[in-house]
Amino acid sequence: MKTFTYEKARDPAQAAALAASHKDAKFIAGGTNLLDLMKIEVETPAHLIDVNGLGLDTITPTQDGGLRIGALVRNTDLAADAQVRRDYPVLTRALVAGASGQLRNKATTAGNLLQRTRCPYFYDTAQACNKRTPGAGCAAQTPGAVSRQLGVIGTSAACIATHPSDMAVGLRVLDAVVETILPDGSRREIPIETFHKLPGQTPHIENALQPGEFITAVSLPAPVGGAQSYRKLRDRASYAFALISVALIRHPDGSGRVALGGVAPKPWRLQAADDQLPNGASAVMATLLEHANPTAANAFKIELAERTLAAMLAEE
Amino acid sequence: MKFTSPATETIFDTSTVVGKATHRVDGPLKVSGRAPYAYERHDVIDGQLVAYPLGATIAKGRILSIDTQHAKAAPGVHTIITTLEYDELPKDERNVASLFGGDKVVHYHQAIAAVVADSFEQARAAANLITVKYDIEQDLDFDLERQWQQRGTVEPVSATGDFAQAFQSAAKTLDREYRTPGHSHAMMEPHSTLAHWDGDALTIWTSNQMIAWNREALAVTLGLEEDNIRVDSPYIGGGFGSKLFLRSDAVLAALASKASGRPVKLALPRPFVMNNTTHRGETIQRIRIGTDAQGHITAIAHTAMSPTQPGGQGEQATDQTRQFYAGANRLIEHHPVEMFLPESNAMRAPGEASGLMALEIAMDEMAEVLDMDPVAFRALNDTQVDPENPKRTFSDRNFTRCLSEGARAFGWHDRPQTPASRRDGNWLIGMGMAGAYRGSPVLTSGARVRLQANGTVIVETDMTDIGTGSYTIIAQTAAEVMGLPVSAIDVRLGDSNFPRSAGSGGQFGAPSSTAGVYAACVKLREMIAQKLQMPEAELSFSDGAVHSAGEPQLIGTFATDAELVAEDKIEFGKFRSDDHIVSTFGAHFVELRVHALTGEIRLNRMLAVCDSGRILNPITARSQVIGGMVMGVGAAMMEEMAVDRTQGFFANHDLAGYEVPVHMDIPSQEVIFLDTLDPVATPMKAKGIGELGLCGVAAAVANAAYNATGVRLRDYPVTLEKLFPGLPKV
Repeated sequence: MKTFTYEKARDPAQAAALAASHKDAKFIAGGTNLLDLMKIEVETPAHLIDVNGLGLDTITPTQDGGLRIGALVRNTDLAADAQVRRDYPVLTRALVAGASGQLRNKATTAGNLLQRTRCPYFYDTAQACNKRTPGAGCAAQTPGAVSRQLGVIGTSAACIATHPSDMAVGLRVLDAVVETILPDGSRREIPIETFHKLPGQTPHIENALQPGEFITAVSLPAPVGGAQSYRKLRDRASYAFALISVALIRHPDGSGRVALGGVAPKPWRLQAADDQLPNGASAVMATLLEHANPTAANAFKIELAERTLAAMLAEE
Repeated sequence: MKFTSPATETIFDTSTVVGKATHRVDGPLKVSGRAPYAYERHDVIDGQLVAYPLGATIAKGRILSIDTQHAKAAPGVHTIITTLEYDELPKDERNVASLFGGDKVVHYHQAIAAVVADSFEQARAAANLITVKYDIEQDLDFDLERQWQQRGTVEPVSATGDFAQAFQSAAKTLDREYRTPGHSHAMMEPHSTLAHWDGDALTIWTSNQMIAWNREALAVTLGLEEDNIRVDSPYIGGGFGSKLFLRSDAVLAALASKASGRPVKLALPRPFVMNNTTHRGETIQRIRIGTDAQGHITAIAHTAMSPTQPGGQGEQATDQTRQFYAGANRLIEHHPVEMFLPESNAMRAPGEASGLMALEIAMDEMAEVLDMDPVAFRALNDTQVDPENPKRTFSDRNFTRCLSEGARAFGWHDRPQTPASRRDGNWLIGMGMAGAYRGSPVLTSGARVRLQANGTVIVETDMTDIGTGSYTIIAQTAAEVMGLPVSAIDVRLGDSNFPRSAGSGGQFGAPSSTAGVYAACVKLREMIAQKLQMPEAELSFSDGAVHSAGEPQLIGTFATDAELVAEDKIEFGKFRSDDHIVSTFGAHFVELRVHALTGEIRLNRMLAVCDSGRILNPITARSQVIGGMVMGVGAAMMEEMAVDRTQGFFANHDLAGYEVPVHMDIPSQEVIFLDTLDPVATPMKAKGIGELGLCGVAAAVANAAYNATGVRLRDYPVTLEKLFPGLPKV
């Protein structure tokens, strides 16, 4: 772990200002991902801004009938919230599919959105990784590399890592909005659709946040109803990252929404694919994964996604 | 005590302690955090420093330079040792690759330096400041598949009769290939050592299964006299074979302690467990079986290939096929392939675990070719003699009872007769079984027993308890022989100052070490008899007293003046292997369900039936078997050391990437022990159980998956996508 300085933020505006005024500053909340990465020096922040004392840990109604989830609401509390369970069950199911009870007790809403990929080559600092070191190359795409767990769509020659969050897939299918405060004190709202960035030539840029920009909340629009479900597929029954996951909202008329986890650098959802839902799983996936570019080892994810959605549609 | 002929009637045949359910005597210490593990020996020596290792980041090549300038200047750093400062250290014959020293790199994460600092965090941070320049050897082959396709002929490990002719003329035949990936021991406690020098004398507090081997290897590697080395390893957080041999934690800690002049402790980081230490090597196997029309095996051949560091053997997956099933014409071939992956070496049930993953699918396939029940086919091909040498008999083999009692208990008659024929909603239901075979070797094992005036007995032996229950079964043995309650026995293990024992490995620990304690206790009884000037045979020991013709005398009275100390060892005669094969047998049954669309596998229930001679303690024995079954589920469904075939290392080198089963993967597990006794095995008629529980499990799962889906998988692990071809289309 590299030496770093540490301070506690007083309020969100100050947190953002502090972050902008330090080189290589990071916010720390639950620390379930950042601390691990600091120990192996994948993350080497020079300055940590502890935001745990800022409150931001409540779930409150919004004026348009939705919910505002404080950035520091722990995953356990969010999953267990009565309103979330009643009106946004796909979010609860996504949350409890992730990590373990102990980790969910610590992990926060904002931190979960910002967690980093679990690509094995990202984790081994001896390996070439454009996310860690822009321009270094991507060891995961060399011949003979291990890529079964990695992305099949939205990836690039520079990076085929996936975003590992389950919660984010639930938020994506619910059209959540990320609320932030900037170092100058101004606030903005970023739709979840545009929050995570595709790697292109810059896989180290993973989201739309500007330097110092601090997430204060994630808001959910008014409940959309429908039958909501989340299925996560993996090699063991619990405590593993997704091979693929599917978040589904389905209305009685057959319309609905579908988002995928485990396949891309961000939760993967397309309006055109949603529109195919009345036509069944194959039609949805033909659109949603049309431009997939898998490796030989992870091409199965495409069929798995189709099979999983079909199973979910059949089980309703 | 020499064991030179089969045991006759013994006190264990009327035992009151041995064989009875006894909770772990070390349990309270472990659940309250008071059992001291190697990295937590804070109280044994003052002034401890902490070292952190640095591993090579290439598979093969030469180190040109190691720049430690920045690391040396880092906060808290005392000293740094690098591999370039030492000649390549000599290695014990049990290790394949050298552990440290010299500029040659032969595998990823080979230890090349260690930083000693005041704290763990300082040592780790400084290690990251070291820069290494390599001359990388290019164009190495890490592709076992290519080696397999290009394989030539080898001298057979064994050949009996005329396999080729018999196979050609067989009424029914099977010829299949199977693939098993590498496995990591992935035990909870990584290798850890605290080292301290007093002049030329070295003490290591470590985590090691084999105290005497470890001391011998340290002497070779560090150029010391064995008498100048003390090894202490009372508690071990799992080993599974990874801690059989000297590893880099002990070498680095010892050298770093020497260099810094202070006690130094070092634990291997988790990625080192995968790439620095040993693993179970991957295999490609070919099995050919020929039978007559009735299903009697007339020809069987098993050919296997496995990678190894130069000089090693890799995974010898053919071992069990030499003796498990009958058949007059046999051929066993093993192709070790030199490859510069980390060292392939022993992991729980080495040989059998991988070999049975293949053989027991092949037996299932052959039964299908014959249109026979897989249980009946196996029973038909049981043998009571060594098929390679019929003059040798199995000492006590009850494999067919395992099969029949297991089939009855599991409800095997109700299995789906046709694959992919049973469905419950969205789930396809299947049942599968496999035979289990594992040798039951023994090693000379000694112990010292010290009778105290208060009527308790201290047992000292360098035997280890790797989570298996050694403390408890040794306490039971001494209690039985001395007529004391288990609570009156104080078992002390894992110290090289104690008599040399078998140690823990190869499922030889329990039968060997308890026999050694029995021998020492018999000697103690003889010493008491001598004091009474009576023949030992005329005494009886019970209720804490010695009973002779006269008044019972409390046992402690024989140690009133001074403790009474007896030491002996059990030595096993050649009759055991010259005339017999001593092995353990079992049958595994699995019912599972496969999601008809997604291919997810969920186990419904598992049963193991074990024929292992006298069961010394049904609680700890069952724990061993169900733990083995969990490991078998891992091997069947998820465990795979993922090889980067270009760079030559295991990419999934942590417990997030190398998945082992979680609670949700494991269903109801039932274990049935046959009430067998093996008088050839040990004076206590006991055999090993620690590895049998793993043998065959993965094949039973794969066979059940076939029964559920109709997809015959011969390439482990059985992950969901491999089942797609047999599942209904979307």
